[in-house]
Amino acid sequence: MTRLVTTLLVARFDQGLIRLIRKASREPMTETIELSIDSKLEFVDTVASVTKSVTAKMGFEEEDASWIELAVHEAVINAIMHGNKSAAEKQVDVRFVTEQDSLTVFVRDYGAGFDPSQLPDPTNSDNLLNPSGRGIFYMRTFMDEVEHSIHPQGGSVVRMRKVKRTS
Amino acid sequence: MANLNIKDRPAGDVTILDLSGKITIGEGSVQLREAVRRLLDEGKKKILLNLGDVSYVDSSGIGELVSSYTTTNHNGGQLKLLNQTKKIHDLLTITKLLTVFESFDNESAAVSSFK
Repeated sequence: MTRLVTTLLVARFDQGLIRLIRKASREPMTETIELSIDSKLEFVDTVASVTKSVTAKMGFEEEDASWIELAVHEAVINAIMHGNKSAAEKQVDVRFVTEQDSLTVFVRDYGAGFDPSQLPDPTNSDNLLNPSGRGIFYMRTFMDEVEHSIHPQGGSVVRMRKVKRTS
Repeated sequence: MANLNIKDRPAGDVTILDLSGKITIGEGSVQLREAVRRLLDEGKKKILLNLGDVSYVDSSGIGELVSSYTTTNHNGGQLKLLNQTKKIHDLLTITKLLTVFESFDNESAAVSSFK
């Protein structure tokens, strides 16, 4: 974690609104960073800062890093708006698991869960002019794996993985 | 500081909205919606969105571009895009929206395309 991100987070820590944990793993070359935010849009930029820091440290290409940032942004927005229904006191947990060749991001909400298979295809001509419904489509496009599940203790979890391109 | 800055300027009977910053959920999307609505209310129905200085767009921002387009059409106007960034171009391409928007890289060509 860079000093920049740490600095950005200090004020939020002081307010007790964000908790950030960095864990060393038993697995070599693996690191876990956990971040929890209240369900407020103002904290989404903080998650983006952490995402940028993680992808930069891992050495992702700039374009891939920007798409990972967008995918995490969309997942966190969905967790706040659709999962937690914008109930500010409900948390959104974000976990970054970095490995040598890939990044896996888990985003958990504490809502009622939903069935992503029921989402309409935004590229269908009948849906092209819908103002919403593209977030998960972008996540699936830009990440190598996207999987939705129900957490055993309640809420939804989306797991997204991106493998580093070898040049 | 606002996420999105919007300045409007006339080019004949076309109004160009120069956008800079982020078009994302919340403030940025709302600002764009209000700016387009205000122009339509003023009877300015030929709208060109200059996206050259837009640094970041999310799915909500793309949705707002679509809403701006449909709202303008429903009010008998035309809304076109100028100077898409590569990221916006990619996002529009992936969701097949390039077929919806008329888009230009050259401002004078864009302005003269309005009937």
